[in-house]
Amino acid sequence: MNTLNTQHPTPNAPVDYLLHLADNALILGQRNAEWCGHGPILEEDIALSNNSLDLIGQARMLYQHAATLQGGGATEDTLAYFRDVPDFRNYTLCELPHMPLMSATAQGDRDFAMTMARNFLYSSLMVLVWDQLQNSKDAHLAAIAAKSLKEVRYHLRHSRDWLVRLGDGTDASHAKAQTALDQLLPYTQEFWANSPHETAAMANGTGVDLAALQNDWNQIVDEALQEATLKRPADGGFVPTGKQGLHSEHLGFVLAEMQSLARTHPQATW
Amino acid sequence: MAALTSQPNATDVARAWVLLDALTDPEIPVVTLRELGILRDVRAGDTGLEVVITPTYSGCPAMGQIEDDVKALLQAHGLQGRVVTQLAPAWTTDWMSEVAKDKLRAYGIAPPHACASEKTGAANVVQFAARGAKPEVVHCPQCGSSNTTETSHFGSTACKALYRCLACMEPFDYFKPY
Repeated sequence: MNTLNTQHPTPNAPVDYLLHLADNALILGQRNAEWCGHGPILEEDIALSNNSLDLIGQARMLYQHAATLQGGGATEDTLAYFRDVPDFRNYTLCELPHMPLMSATAQGDRDFAMTMARNFLYSSLMVLVWDQLQNSKDAHLAAIAAKSLKEVRYHLRHSRDWLVRLGDGTDASHAKAQTALDQLLPYTQEFWANSPHETAAMANGTGVDLAALQNDWNQIVDEALQEATLKRPADGGFVPTGKQGLHSEHLGFVLAEMQSLARTHPQATW
Repeated sequence: MAALTSQPNATDVARAWVLLDALTDPEIPVVTLRELGILRDVRAGDTGLEVVITPTYSGCPAMGQIEDDVKALLQAHGLQGRVVTQLAPAWTTDWMSEVAKDKLRAYGIAPPHACASEKTGAANVVQFAARGAKPEVVHCPQCGSSNTTETSHFGSTACKALYRCLACMEPFDYFKPY
């Protein structure tokens, strides 16, 4: 690991808040990497792999920061590979498989519309969150935010473009995009339900007030959906709780694949 | 060779600058790290030289290679140093020198447009992603034509998009503003 030029003027962001941001990026990065070698066309295979590299890179910076604050021998690797499902703080949205949810659990065909709809919904949030976090009182988090913002803007452009192309495309692509949206949009309700670590981050000036971003997020989503000729499903129903450690059945499968190598060869270096 | 733990003097710093000034990017070997704006500073630390680099894309696999290359180069010339990664201010393609942009073009990569004028704030980040705000005209590095089209948002690396020239029909990479 290289040496970060880390200075920690008070206050620092709560460790759980950093883990929440890092876990979102890592788990979605891991999911998008499942397309590597399986993309519908070569360009999209490369695009999704590059998207994953950005997300995993963001996760690394956040884990390094969290590990420094946590101490006790924590490293970016112990945080990524040696925590279990209830310890992860990512949105449930990020861990869902790339397929219509009623079709299977761990196995099944990847659905490109699901991938694009999820990247769009997540990136639409993160352009707003990273933009605000540039003003975080945690200077290190603010620096990570400034970099991540540059990257997520391209993720949003990419996924928004595809959502419009699929929605405003053929009958088949429209139907798939609408199904993806109907299934995924309810999961975004988790964005707006504050968790204790988000409240703590807001209280010490290191986090963002997500409720204040909801109107902007709605505007990004509604404009894109209108262009894509897609219908926004009604809000309501179950509000997921992944960021509080209560996940869907899918995260365990993601972690099993992602962590097995590091756990089989603990402390291995390469 | 001086003791490896001794504090470097001004001569060591000057020698290191000369060496590092010629170090090229592992992915785009026609431009140097300094021309790309990645190499920010070389200074004397308590136990050796400190080479300050600012990372490009968060997941860029070349960053590890760059750190190894810096250390190997210094070591080969009897200098002891470590790499200090500096996140803020964030690297931007605006730091690329004009010389670097010319070299990129000659290498077949269209250099990035300026992004200094890009504003943050919710309205602006949204505008960036919307379809109506597509990147400005990118000139073909082969024939110079402005009649080009984007094939894919992401090219051979995260920092580049894939383009095609509709005049000479050549595909090419565009280094995206960051």
